[in-house]
Amino acid sequence: MGIDLSLIWVLIIFFGVMMYVVMDGFDLGIGILFPFAPDRHERDVMMNTVAPVWDGNETWLILGGAGLLAAFPLVYSVVLSALYLPLIFMLLGLILRGVAFEFRFKAHDHERHFWDKAFIVGSIAAAFFQGVALGAYIEGIPVVNRAFAGGAFDWFAPFPLFTGLGVVAVYAMLGSTWLIMKTEGPLQARMIQLSRPLIGLLIAFIVAVSVWTPLAHASIAQRWFSWPNMLWFAPVPLLVVFFTVQLLRSLRAEPHVAPFVYVLGLVFLGYTGLAISVWPMIIPPDISIWQAAAPPQSQAFILVGALFIIPFILMYTAWSYYVFRGKVRAGEGYH
Amino acid sequence: MFGLTALELARTQFAFTVAFHILFPAITIGLAAYLVVLEGLWLRTKQTLYRDLYHFWSKVFALNFGMGVVSGLVMSYQFGTNWSFFSDFAGGITGPLLAYEVLTAFFLEAGFLGVMLFGWNRVGPGLHFFSTLMVSIGTLISTTWILASNSWMQTPAGFEIVDGRAVPMDWLAVIFNPSFPYRLLHMSVAAFLATALFVAASAAWHLLRGRDNPAIRKMLSMAMWMLVVVAPIQAVIGDFHGLNTLKHQPAKIAAMEGHWENHPGEGVPLIVFALPDQQREENRFAIEIPRLGSLILTHSWDGQFPGLKEFAPEDRPPVAVVFWSFRIMVGLGVLMILLGAWGLLLRRGEALYRSRPFLRATLLMGPTGLIALIAGWFTTEVGRQPWVVYGLQRTADAVSNHGVLPLAISLLLFIVVYFTVFGVGIAYMLRLVRKGPVMHEGDTGLVGGPGHERQQMRPLSAATDDDLRTAAARS
Repeated sequence: MGIDLSLIWVLIIFFGVMMYVVMDGFDLGIGILFPFAPDRHERDVMMNTVAPVWDGNETWLILGGAGLLAAFPLVYSVVLSALYLPLIFMLLGLILRGVAFEFRFKAHDHERHFWDKAFIVGSIAAAFFQGVALGAYIEGIPVVNRAFAGGAFDWFAPFPLFTGLGVVAVYAMLGSTWLIMKTEGPLQARMIQLSRPLIGLLIAFIVAVSVWTPLAHASIAQRWFSWPNMLWFAPVPLLVVFFTVQLLRSLRAEPHVAPFVYVLGLVFLGYTGLAISVWPMIIPPDISIWQAAAPPQSQAFILVGALFIIPFILMYTAWSYYVFRGKVRAGEGYH
Repeated sequence: MFGLTALELARTQFAFTVAFHILFPAITIGLAAYLVVLEGLWLRTKQTLYRDLYHFWSKVFALNFGMGVVSGLVMSYQFGTNWSFFSDFAGGITGPLLAYEVLTAFFLEAGFLGVMLFGWNRVGPGLHFFSTLMVSIGTLISTTWILASNSWMQTPAGFEIVDGRAVPMDWLAVIFNPSFPYRLLHMSVAAFLATALFVAASAAWHLLRGRDNPAIRKMLSMAMWMLVVVAPIQAVIGDFHGLNTLKHQPAKIAAMEGHWENHPGEGVPLIVFALPDQQREENRFAIEIPRLGSLILTHSWDGQFPGLKEFAPEDRPPVAVVFWSFRIMVGLGVLMILLGAWGLLLRRGEALYRSRPFLRATLLMGPTGLIALIAGWFTTEVGRQPWVVYGLQRTADAVSNHGVLPLAISLLLFIVVYFTVFGVGIAYMLRLVRKGPVMHEGDTGLVGGPGHERQQMRPLSAATDDDLRTAAARS
């Protein structure tokens, strides 16, 4: 056969989910950080930094769902039903937070606190249950006769709950460095202060997952610690160390864009590390990308559209970020 | 929960979330097209009332669009969370159709929505009109893909079953499956009708309260022209759609008609009222008009079509739901045609804007477009049962293996969150409508851009704080 459509599709979906994690990551992070900024005007500024762009971020999540259904229907059907409750909680969190975002500015003063709380709870719930879903996915999903063969509460286990907290920390870190880039004055100073403990949390999380997964799964240990894999994958941990050092250094003197970029780097490395651990399984531990593939007619039909249209989506997204570049100041009401 | 099985809970959850969701896109489709017309008329005639109406309805549009987006997100995941065997069986066909919807329609809408809502003073009039047009076209492209997918589930074509899964063989046949053209037309027109009734009711509300200005009159007049022309056309489309259904899904038609069996040589009556009894295989308390059923469905005096008893009991849809939802839809459709005709008669001497009985009726009819639309969806979706993909996969075989507990948890949460969140959203929308169009709103130039009230943001924020406060104060 000529082109490996499944491989191309895995790359597209990997890219789409990465876009989602990065982009919705920092705006969910802002909801997570809301409790640390009780002042109304600071909250306005925090929201306004993502106001013009968060709407587009949700499209990547929809694309992820539809792309998975189109290219790997088995994954879509098995993984989504295996993670039933965490995903439903995540969707409800996203609804609550999405509309809270809007209604907060439309509410009368005495109603606003309600939508502030909905924003915080929705953001934390969406982030936490994404992490739970990720942890349960890495733990492995039992499949019998093309169907999920586990229990409805399998995700309620130490590792998924731990990754849930981990993702909340990661998104908070993305949010705080985003705010360092987009704000100034006392709010920025507070975010710089907050970033230091958050980095500790983030690194602790990365280290814990790096130790926990190979201990729990022989296949993951084999993947990383056999020769010559160890050599090929060595750049991943080395770069993590490098970015962490750079991140800490960048926070010291008048930070601007740099911290956010280094956190993006760390998130990308963590994400790549997980992909290395599970490859080529798309439903760990047993089902590979080729076993789960849709018929080639389906993958090819939508690939034509995806390759043509995704560049336009990227151009539009980049343009809207360009339009809203620069620091956001208090009183410069977007609303 | 309430003695319901996991399958019934899953079906209830899907029906609840999709019925809630469809309200928003229906109004989005209609209002987007209305806004194109308004802006086109403004550019052509330079009458400011068209521009005022554009600004007024674009705020309602923005709120409505946003709620459609968040409620739609849930839909794109539910096929996997709740209907995993359907996704595995048919994902190779419905998946690409949905992915194309995301890529071609959502992108187009997202790309031009910002300019449409916030770019009035930032781009030239031509480019702005182009943006409105693109958003409207985006809503129609979205309708096209999602109805291609839905119609394929009703009348599957262009596929082969390989290893127990549906594999696409001919994409054109998949997309242009037998019921697709009828369903697409019927649904698009339904969205236009629902919007026209909503717009007309808004105008009637203001006129009944003595708030009378040329913009309010104009929107009533436009909505009533729409109604008088389109309501009868919808009846004709519905008739063709019915004949198409008779050809491809005869059991659904039998359920819609409450038609259990044929008697040799006799035409089929039209049943006006009955309580269909699935167990006893008969109608109770039936009121019938002889031969009218034959006339409508076979266009002949004593033509016959299959009765429910010709299908095995396990292949019959739930008759009472289909029978009654169909009657609600048709009944409301008839009322719409009558309202349109009444409006036409009142045109002489501008009684249209003064007749209180007519305005009250128009106000009452406001939500009926959406009610008829949901009743129509119940007819076609429940009428497809017991199949999820007609003749290929049963709904009972499509549902994920969840227990009652997780489904009860999710359903309860959906009900609580949807009623709270969308209840508040709809209340905000009605507050905006109550404010009504403001004459000469655009004369002073609308501020926009960074640092101003009307910065481009998410769709919901086009309606500013101020609009809602004024509306609240007025009410």
